[in-house]
Amino acid sequence: MLKNFKRSLIIVTLMSAQANAELVIDVQGIAQPTPVAIVPFGWEGSSTDMPLDVAAVITSDLYRSGRFAPIAANDMLQKPTDGSDVDFDDWTILGVEAVVVGKVTQTGANAYTLQFQLFDTFRRRQLVGYRMPASSGTMRGAAHRAADMIYEKLTGIKGVFGTKVAYVTAEQRGDERLYSLIVSDQDGENDYKIMESKDPIMSPAWSPDSRQLAYVSFEGSKSSIFVQTLRSGNRFRISNKPGINGAPAFSPDGRKLVITLGGVSGNLDIYVLDITSRQTKRLTTHRAIDTEGTWSPDGRNIYFTSDRSGGPQVYRISANGGTPERITFEGSYNARPRLSPDGTRLAMVHNDRGNFRIAVMNLERRDLMVLSTGRQDESPSFAPNSDILIYATREGRDGVLETVSADGLIRQKMASGRGDVREPVWSPFPRF
Amino acid sequence: MSYYKIFAIALLGAMLAGCQQTIPDPDPTDTTYGGDSGADTSGAGTDGLGGGEFFDTEEQLGDVIYFDFDSSEVRPQDQDLVAGHAIRLNDSSFSSVRLEGHADERGSREYNIGLGERRAQAVRRILMIQGVAGSQIQTVSFGEERPQAMGSSESDYAQNRRVEFVYSQ
Repeated sequence: MLKNFKRSLIIVTLMSAQANAELVIDVQGIAQPTPVAIVPFGWEGSSTDMPLDVAAVITSDLYRSGRFAPIAANDMLQKPTDGSDVDFDDWTILGVEAVVVGKVTQTGANAYTLQFQLFDTFRRRQLVGYRMPASSGTMRGAAHRAADMIYEKLTGIKGVFGTKVAYVTAEQRGDERLYSLIVSDQDGENDYKIMESKDPIMSPAWSPDSRQLAYVSFEGSKSSIFVQTLRSGNRFRISNKPGINGAPAFSPDGRKLVITLGGVSGNLDIYVLDITSRQTKRLTTHRAIDTEGTWSPDGRNIYFTSDRSGGPQVYRISANGGTPERITFEGSYNARPRLSPDGTRLAMVHNDRGNFRIAVMNLERRDLMVLSTGRQDESPSFAPNSDILIYATREGRDGVLETVSADGLIRQKMASGRGDVREPVWSPFPRF
Repeated sequence: MSYYKIFAIALLGAMLAGCQQTIPDPDPTDTTYGGDSGADTSGAGTDGLGGGEFFDTEEQLGDVIYFDFDSSEVRPQDQDLVAGHAIRLNDSSFSSVRLEGHADERGSREYNIGLGERRAQAVRRILMIQGVAGSQIQTVSFGEERPQAMGSSESDYAQNRRVEFVYSQ
């Protein structure tokens, strides 16, 4: 782990201005992001250019985290591609605390090796060196993986650059609205459509192995719940009861879904659906709206929204049933609970003096912290490292996605050219 | 929300429906029903009486009602309209209606599905109290997913908190 070395304020200001100019937009970072350098990667292969600018991907990841200020390539006094060529003085004089060097080597027609090394420039030692195979199709993923390893070494927090995000978009096409379910890398790249419909799509939820998404579709003007395998595109309708079928969320073991059913009488209650047997078990019976169930990471409890006390508040019930316990008391509106994967915090939509914003409650201290600043923010979802949340906010008439660190300090807007974007859900960690 | 209140309003609606004059009795001689509606509007007469046109009682019966913020109570001014639909459904037991409930965009989406459903169910209960068979009524809630007005002003929200009557034939 790096220490925060004293550095010239002038150099830092200059450098972050330059980083801003060449990188993605709209990052509100911490007051003093750590200056780092990601040297352009070397290339040893048959064509003139390497399949992907790996250093650019790593630079963008670290910059967008808000914790780092990567210096521009033009300001580098040397551009080594191998650790043995790193002259630490050339970096410490710039105030750079960590430097990444690496290269991509072609090993076959569509086979490459990506290697990188991370150095602590003040202590003059290597923090990590790693080499991995890649194809042109997996190179971006390999670059994100390298960024994850660098981020974890420097911050002690597991990186989420290699994870994905699913979200729903709505676009106006003439008289019709077209709804799409999209999966992309967490930085918005590599986006692809897994489903589209003229009827609304809602409430995507990842399976714990990241291979499937459950979601609600209104095809045929009636809600039902589908589970779709991403790789094959195969899907099956797992719940199509009369009335509302909504708000699916996978259990941590992936065997069950908590869902909301309304029935003919329209009384929304929480049910647990066994995916294999298709048996449902009813957990709540109140005539209020009970919906938006989500599992605790240990699988023992289900948190949900209920307006049994008047307005919507978050409640908790044992996954085996029992008496629900009210969890939120602050404010008139707390809905759509989502737990951090480490189980310590609960994110929700909170009415903050007339504005719907994302708030996080520390489950031990029971204090609520408002993290977002919009009027109509919704659908909070934790990154798998529990350190960042993604949610939807408004920009004009369209929904856009934003991320915020769980301490509220680092905020970032995700660019998307896909119309009205809503309901982002962060994937679990990938399994290598 | 009070069931008694809804019940009372529904009863009032039923009484109103019994004596109201706003919905004309269908007269088979000059009214076209269902799919033929509006198929021919040229209507140039051969007897010198000039142009006429087909019309349909359905056109006079509104097919959407609106709700106050955070409320699923049918407003007094909409009771006649709901009663009109009850009459229509009672008149033709083979026809059925889908009540589509909607919410404005504020707050969380699945909870808004619940609010839209609550509105559709409030209308369903009034229809059933007025004699419509449950099998003639379907409810669906689209929550905030299908707004009528796309903006984010109070008046847009007011247009989006609604129940639509959709006839399947």
